[in-house]
Formats: sequence, structure tokens, C-alpha cells
Amino acid sequence: MKSKILNAKNIPLDKRSIYLRSLVYLTIQKEKRGHIGPAMSLIELLRVLYDNFIDKHSKFILSKGHGCLALYAILYDKGFISKKDLIQNCSFNGILGGHPEHDKIRGVEISTGALGHGLPIAVGMALASKIKKKKSYYYVICGDGELNEGSMWESFLATSKHKLNNLITFIDYNKFQSYGKTRDILDLEPLTDKFKSFNFFTMNINGHDIIEIKKAILKAKKQKKKPSVIICHTIKGKGINKAENDSKWHYKSPLNEEDIIEIKNSLNLKI
Amino acid sequence: MRNTCINTIFKLAKKDKKVVFVGSDLGAGVLSDFKKRFPDRFFMEGISEQFITGMVSGLAKEGLKPFFNTIATFLTRRNFEQNIIDLGLHNLPVRLIGNGGGLAYAHLGPTHHAIEDISIMRSIPNMTIVAPCDAFEMKNIMSQLNKIKGPLYIRLAKGGDKIITNKKKKISLGKSVLFGKPKDVLFITTGITTQECYFACQKLKKYKINAGVLHNHSLKPFDTKNLLKFSKIVKKIYTVEEHIVSGGLGSIVLEELNLNKSKDVIKVSRIGINNKFIKKYGTQKDLLDYCGLSTKKILKKVLNNYGK
Repeated sequence: MKSKILNAKNIPLDKRSIYLRSLVYLTIQKEKRGHIGPAMSLIELLRVLYDNFIDKHSKFILSKGHGCLALYAILYDKGFISKKDLIQNCSFNGILGGHPEHDKIRGVEISTGALGHGLPIAVGMALASKIKKKKSYYYVICGDGELNEGSMWESFLATSKHKLNNLITFIDYNKFQSYGKTRDILDLEPLTDKFKSFNFFTMNINGHDIIEIKKAILKAKKQKKKPSVIICHTIKGKGINKAENDSKWHYKSPLNEEDIIEIKNSLNLKI
Repeated sequence: MRNTCINTIFKLAKKDKKVVFVGSDLGAGVLSDFKKRFPDRFFMEGISEQFITGMVSGLAKEGLKPFFNTIATFLTRRNFEQNIIDLGLHNLPVRLIGNGGGLAYAHLGPTHHAIEDISIMRSIPNMTIVAPCDAFEMKNIMSQLNKIKGPLYIRLAKGGDKIITNKKKKISLGKSVLFGKPKDVLFITTGITTQECYFACQKLKKYKINAGVLHNHSLKPFDTKNLLKFSKIVKKIYTVEEHIVSGGLGSIVLEELNLNKSKDVIKVSRIGINNKFIKKYGTQKDLLDYCGLSTKKILKKVLNNYGK
């Protein structure tokens, strides 16, 4: 029997969220391709993290590397990369590609793209911080499809074993992966129960609600003995009307005229 | 060799606070002294090699010096993508210590035969590969590991091997070592086949065949300079490896000679394991003999070529 899945309420976006999405459009404008759906679902998570929590004592890893268009948007917004870098996305001499690379992009700790790698590395980084008795925080965003990988569950076991309360894991639970619904491909439910049984401090939030995200991170940072996982119920393609909850927008290559018009209209762009 | 390696890690940890030991699910009591003395730098993480490779990468990324030890097959095959991406792509100073390289786990069957590890690991950019011939050489190499800034795979052989290394000669990580003064036959070896060939050389003297061994503890980077130098002075070259014949030492030798346009490439015959699963058990010695890698079989092959 399949359990009930929580879904994110489709709340309206404010100016800053629309602006960050417009940067994604700017990035793909030339090459006309990219993982659009998976980027749009995690804009608010990145926004809250970078606006409020990422500092010199903390590090961020995008384990679902294919969501990098959103990361590029926030890195530009924070001054790590230039507008020229965005425009040159996927071009021969550009520093931005279809997956983020640590040795090219300032602000990217780990090259991700193959799924199931970012989290295990983050566990090691958080553990190193404990060994060195440093008070650093490590934030990781994982995809829901990424939870198909065995290495993720090996990592969750270890995170719990080492009581890594300095590692805060977000699941971008947009309920879709490349081929279709996560529920149909490899059902994750009951997800909350799984994390609870792994001894995680587990929260469920609307991953597009700025206040909820902020509150959840503050709660996670108060945990003394348990690692935290924040299951973020999100909408794949959020902000682009036709892309929402549509696996066809997981990876678009190339975007046709109709797609471009859809993005521009949804974001009210004049460029 | 394994005990020497593991004990040396403990010694390194006493000198350097950054040294961390990580195992998967090793035998009961392994490095118990280490665990007792440095509990916050000793980890036994379970049968989860893909995760552990990521974890040790994270430890290295934050400035520590992790040694990851488990059975060679699970350290090279099971986590191959992690070896490429987490270690190779990020060029992190993680030391992979592979127990039972080659046919050391003969009795455990093909799931535990690490006979393609050199081939797959050398395909990874930034990866250094080392296979010492005895415990003395192992210990010496371990003291030089800080020279290697990226990831390193150490292929451990069976335990209790004879010490054949000349203790008076300097061992330099990356430099091959010549045994004997070959004029007729040169065996090019790595790991424990150095021992087999070393004893074959002694027996060949009886037949007035002047043979020597060029031992390569370092497979990547490879000491091409010595290869070219000693290939010139002999009539026949045998590469001998406890590994499949393609992709390992024999391939490296042929590639390097070819790359350097050496005419000596025609002198080379490769002795190794055919690309087939080995369906026999017994001891490592039994399987070495079965695969033509025992002193006796190597000798036979050379003598056949001499018509003796």
C-alpha cells in the first residue's frame, strides 16, 4: 500500500525569487538548454542559505549537481561569478557547465553531477571539522531522485552514527525525476519514517516558503546530538507555469521558441 | 607486508596529527593500539566502500591525511566511480591501502581476486599506484608518502614474503630497482612477481643465462628512463605480473617503449593472467603456478625459448 505524500502548497513568488529565476533564464539564453525543472525547485533553499547562513565558518555542497543553474544564479547574486560567466554558460571557454566544477568556480567546494557523491564527501568534511574541534556547519542539498543511490543511505547511516549535528541535509522533494514521478520509479515513501528510523531530527517544510526554511535551519542548528534532515516539499519547475510538475522540463535541449516564450511570460521578462 | 604497512600508519599517526585511519569491516582487533591511543582518528565505517571513499575525500578536503584500508577488490572495483570523481577529479591526498592484491585471496575465489586493479586504477588521472616487493621496501616507501600530493593506491601482497630488497641501497619512490647484472634476459616486474623472478634468475645461472630483474614498485608514474636504459642491454624481456596481461605492467612497458620509438619493443613477451575467471582454489602459490607465474613456470618458459 502506498502512503500519502505531502505536497507543497503552490505559494506566489516574491520579487527576489522571480529575480533569481530570471538569472537562470539569462544563463540559458544563449545555449538554450539545461536542467531547468530541478533548478527552479531549489531557488528558495539557496536564497535562504546564502542570504542568512553561509559564512566563513560554513560550507555548502550541491549534491544534486544538475540543479546548478540555481547555484550559478545565487553565486552571481553574491558576487562570486560575473554576468559574463553566466552568459558564457556551457561555452568552450566558459567556467560554467552543465554541472558545477570546484576548480573553475569560486564558491563551489565539490564537483558534483554524478549523483550520490556530494553527501558522502560532505559527511567526511563535517567529520573532519569535529576531529579538528572546529565549529563549522555544512549544508547539503540532495535530490529526491538522488535518494535512489545506495551511497546516500550509506551516508545517512554514518551521519547518524557520528551524530553529525553540524551537517544539515535538505531533500529537494519535488516528487519528480527524469523519467517521471519518484513514486512510480522508485518510491521513497514513507520518507519521514525512514529518516526518523535512521535517528535523524526530521522536519517537513514547504521548500518555497522563506520563513519556514529559515525556521527549520535555526531548529536544526539547535540540535546537540542528532543530525538534521529537512525534507523540503517543492515544485519541480516552480515559477514557470508549464514546467511545473512536468518531467519534460527536467532537462530541455534545445528549448524551442514556445518554451522561451513560456519562461519569459511566467517570469514577466522583457529581455 | 600488510602488518608492516598497517603498523607504519600507526607510527605516522604518532608523528602527524592529521593522519586518520579508516577501515570498512576489517578483521577483529586490527590496529587496536591505534584505536586505543587515537580514538578520534580511528574509524571502522562498515561495508560501505562507495560512501567511505567519499568520506575520506571529505576528510582530505578539510586538510586531514586519511588512509583507507580494505580488501583490494572492494577498494578499486566496488567504488570505481568514487575513485575517479571523489579522489581523481579533486586530486585529494587519500591513501588507499588494498589488502590482497593479485591472487593473495586464492582460496576465496574470483570475487576476491584483485587481478585487474592496476589496469583500472591507472586509467584515473592524478592517481599514483605503488606495489612493493617486500615489507622492507614497503616501510621505506611509506616514509616518503608526503611527496605524493594526490591520491595513491598501494597494492599489498600476501604476508610473510622474503625480504629481497638490498637494505644498503637507497629506495626512491618512483624509481625502479635493478637486481643483478642482466645481459641476456631482463624480467620487468612489480609486487611479488619480483620475488618469483629473483629466484628464477639464480636458477638461470646454471644454464649460463645471465638474467636480472627490473622491479617497479611504482606503476604510475612509471620509471621510463630505467626501462629504456636496461631494455637496450639485454636480448629478451619478460614482463611478469600477478595481474591480467592487458592493461597492467606489460601494457605499460609496451606503451612506453612504443611512445619512445624504442626498437626494443620486439624483445618483449608478457607473462600474466589470461583474461578469464580463475575457477580453482588452493593457495596463492598454487594459483601462481596454475597461471604460469611461479618461479618454476617462469623458468620453464625462458628455457623453452632458449630451446633448453
